[in-house]
Amino acid sequence: MATGKRQRIVVVGHGMVGHRFAQAAVERGLTETHDVLVIGEEPRAAYDRVALTSWFGAGSDALSLLPGGEYDDPRVRLVLDSVVTEVDRAARTVTVVSPPSAAEDLLANPGAVTVHEYDVLVLATGAAPFVPPVEGRGKDGCFVYRTIEDLEAIQAASATATSGVVIGGGLLGLEAANALVQLGLQTHVVEMAPRLMPVQLDDAAGVTLVRHVERLGVTVHTGVVTEEIVGGSSVSGLRMRQAGTEEGAPTGVVDAQVVVFSAGIRPRDALARECDLPVAPRGGVLVDEQCRTADPHVFAIGECAAPGGTMYGLVAPGYAMAEVVVDALLDGPGTFTGADMSTKLKLLGVDVASFGDAFATTDGALELTYADAVTGVYKKLVVSEDGTRLLGGILVGDASAYGILRPMVSSGLALPANPEQLILPVGSGAGVQIGMPDEAQVCSCNDVTKADILHAVSEQGCETVADVKQCTRAGSTCGSCVATVKNIIEDHFASVGKVVDKGLCEHFRLTRQELFDVVAVHGYRRFDDIVAAHGTGRGCDVCKPAIASILASQTSTHILEPATAELQDTNDKYLGNIQRNGTYSVVPRIPGGEITPDKLIVIGEVARDYGLYTKITGGQRIDLFGARMEQLPAIWRRLVDAGFESGHAYGKSLRTVKSCVGSTWCRFGVQDSVGLAIALELRYRGLRSPHKLKGGVSGCARECAEARGKDFGVIATEKGWNLYVGGNGGATPAHARLLAGDLDTATLVSYLDRFLMYYVRTADRLQRTSTWIEQLEGGLDRVREVVVDDSLGLGAELEAEMARHVGGYEDEWRATLEDPTKLERFVTFVNAPDTPDPSIAFTTERDQIQPIAPALIPVGAPA
Amino acid sequence: MSTVAVSLTPVCAVEAVPLEGGVAALVDGSAVAVFRTFDGSLFALSNVDPFSGASVLSRGIVGSRGDAPVVSSPMYKQAFDLRTGACLDDAAVRVASYGVTVVDGVVHVGSARPAGEVA
Ligand SMILES: Cc1cc2nc3c(=O)[nH]c(=O)nc-3n(C[C@H](O)[C@H](O)[C@H](O)COP(=O)(O)OP(=O)(O)OC[C@H]3O[C@@H](n4cnc5c(N)ncnc54)[C@H](O)[C@@H]3O)c2cc1C
Ligand code: SF4
Repeated sequence: MATGKRQRIVVVGHGMVGHRFAQAAVERGLTETHDVLVIGEEPRAAYDRVALTSWFGAGSDALSLLPGGEYDDPRVRLVLDSVVTEVDRAARTVTVVSPPSAAEDLLANPGAVTVHEYDVLVLATGAAPFVPPVEGRGKDGCFVYRTIEDLEAIQAASATATSGVVIGGGLLGLEAANALVQLGLQTHVVEMAPRLMPVQLDDAAGVTLVRHVERLGVTVHTGVVTEEIVGGSSVSGLRMRQAGTEEGAPTGVVDAQVVVFSAGIRPRDALARECDLPVAPRGGVLVDEQCRTADPHVFAIGECAAPGGTMYGLVAPGYAMAEVVVDALLDGPGTFTGADMSTKLKLLGVDVASFGDAFATTDGALELTYADAVTGVYKKLVVSEDGTRLLGGILVGDASAYGILRPMVSSGLALPANPEQLILPVGSGAGVQIGMPDEAQVCSCNDVTKADILHAVSEQGCETVADVKQCTRAGSTCGSCVATVKNIIEDHFASVGKVVDKGLCEHFRLTRQELFDVVAVHGYRRFDDIVAAHGTGRGCDVCKPAIASILASQTSTHILEPATAELQDTNDKYLGNIQRNGTYSVVPRIPGGEITPDKLIVIGEVARDYGLYTKITGGQRIDLFGARMEQLPAIWRRLVDAGFESGHAYGKSLRTVKSCVGSTWCRFGVQDSVGLAIALELRYRGLRSPHKLKGGVSGCARECAEARGKDFGVIATEKGWNLYVGGNGGATPAHARLLAGDLDTATLVSYLDRFLMYYVRTADRLQRTSTWIEQLEGGLDRVREVVVDDSLGLGAELEAEMARHVGGYEDEWRATLEDPTKLERFVTFVNAPDTPDPSIAFTTERDQIQPIAPALIPVGAPA
Repeated sequence: MSTVAVSLTPVCAVEAVPLEGGVAALVDGSAVAVFRTFDGSLFALSNVDPFSGASVLSRGIVGSRGDAPVVSSPMYKQAFDLRTGACLDDAAVRVASYGVTVVDGVVHVGSARPAGEVA
């Protein structure tokens, strides 16, 4: 677009699509030339509305699409809790009202009104639930289902309610019903059409779905209209009559203290209407194929837009529109020409999918159906008259075929000779292998094709679903394509003859997890037994430390016992971190970063007496560098005598639990973060794990301890603690995500015990918690099921294992100092114990020692 | 090389070299790593890791790669064939290997062997 002066883009609405627009603007370089101002009405940054119902279990943080609340690119500015009230197209300005935070403050602060100029305006205002004009709809206890605030209100009202009604039996209505069931209400669904999900399902599928839904205790009323919502100022029930009967016909009443309207959505196109931009007859800002409105400076995307007169109530078309506008602003050729309205979801635990021409409206289309009333499975394929092409279909109860079927529709792939095989249950001789064409779209939310995935695998080095997710975004929104993505990756590797060998190394074909189980089951204690039974050769620097770590996790015996000493990595072998010149670092544990002046003095004295280089670490402790191997015992003797213990800085084990000063000193603190951090660090110290582990505890939401940058992070709330998992810094930083909120300390500890042990048991070697969670099927939800809901019934076992670890802990350095045989290894030369290694030398820099690089010997020549 | 050792330096008792582990010794002013594999065989290489210059090979993990007994450097993990000193991850690199014999239960290290001669 224009050159020279920076252009200003104003985006109205920070929902899913507005966020995608901002993200794409950053990623595709639009912000090199444009400043982006995003104005959002909701009090929080964009979140995953598609997964709204999971808010009840996971909380707001887990849904956030922008956890930090701001973009990394400073040229994108986000203003929340503010409404655009007017667009002046002639002046190219928008008026923004930022309301006061609470009603009582209204007089003091009536809200700020600001006016912003734009060169480009992007409307991304989404849609609003449609509330039909039923009498009584304004009573207390009536809700809609669109935002986190709606859910908070529903949750609050449900605390005193016993039953609830959802008006509308479509996709969103069933989501809402699911929520009411979860909240413990006797739940009814009222639908005017003769079946549930009338837009996606045919009668037979609707009947099948009703059976599933009723099995969960939901009462379904189809073919009825709501006459009135009854009650005083609050709802007490809902009166309805048969659809198609006259007014005055007999009615029935269901009791309800909560009513949720879910009778469709309407595009939020008011801003456009008020500034005289054309809208579609059924609502939605009219836009062309580039999503441009009648005004070339104004675009509309997402649910508020109606490209070619049609609005799309799904997120994928909205994402596509966002990309198209970014492309247009970069002078690209992208267009939006309609979208695949296929849906696959799990409603109340039931798989439901509908795709393509589900109602066989194409001339001459044929239907093939398979139904099993006992298991509640209904599948229908719509095929072309000549039987060669798949046009669409419906799946209820088992939607596993969706991954292959839907791409067949969009790509026009020829059907196999007996297409019914595609929907017959596996085991009935079916299970035809269908090659999916490269151009088939696999992830409809993010428009990722099979070719994109293959490219990521063959050209970009992706090997796992998690890699592909990162590279292509496939599977990162609704997740329904993850299984297909996995198959594509596996098929690809199989086809190129590459075995994605998850085995540890040439000596073991087993993964770390398999090895962990084998060791546990057989009770092995020695490498020799394990390699004899399950491996080949004599091991290497990969499998030996991995087995040492597994044995340490399972037995709590000292790592330098004869059976395991030679399996340890060098760092573990000498209980110190080896440095570039062969010396070691010494890091005593300082739990939670709290230390007395006396102990601080001891560290200083030891460092001074041994001439060690001293540096404060990021984990709130002190590193002493430059200790020769033979000096380690003497140095540690002094530290242990002064009450220090090993800090395990050398191990793949718990490093530190960092803390802020918390409520004991900080005027904002709401809990004693230091106390908890110390308790946690002492509980998990010495725990050998697949990779190093770090923790953090902050005393309030200001998060001064940066706990969410840790494998486990705890943040104090007024009511207790929020537990976050899967964070790390380093080359690929990850923000920890909420596992559970408002926990008391005992529950927090039990969840942490389970989480850490589950990780220790099942992660791959050198896999941090973040990648481990990513690659688990089900991701964080899976972790939550196992840890919080105890779905595998493993909770007690994991806690018992942790209790064994805690009970069996001993300070590795103290135990080493007490055992002369363990001390024997700490000599540089067996035949000259008093001679220091002549290759180690230091200079002085900024008043401390620094290693001099040992002279490299000429390669290939004997010394 | 003749089988008659020119000079043999006594280093330590055999048992002082851990099974599938190593120790370092000073031999004529040079640091030499002595290893003992699972079957009791003894090997000696220069202790200096050619990739870092640090005198640390005796602290590496002893195991196997294919048929070769190896030690992997504790610094950057390259594997060295205990029989020849050849680096198995970089054909251009080799560390000196030494003859080693046991006399009356005591490990003796001989002089450095020329490249190519196998123990
Ligand atoms: C419970 C539920 C389940 C769903 N399930 C699915 C599903 O399975 N699959 C699927 O594809 N889709 C699903 N959807 C639909 C999906 O969430 C929407 O398609 C998507 O959120 C649309 O994104 P959007 O940005 O257009 O609108 P929104 O996400 O609604 O964002 C619009 C934002 O603009 C703000 N706004 C509006 N007017 C103004 C103004 N004047 N000033 C400032 N801000 C303003 C709004 O407050 C809102 O935050 C579901 C929706 C719900 C509610
Ligand atoms: S996180 Fe809260 S309690 Fe802790 S130091 Fe920061 S402001 Fe204080």
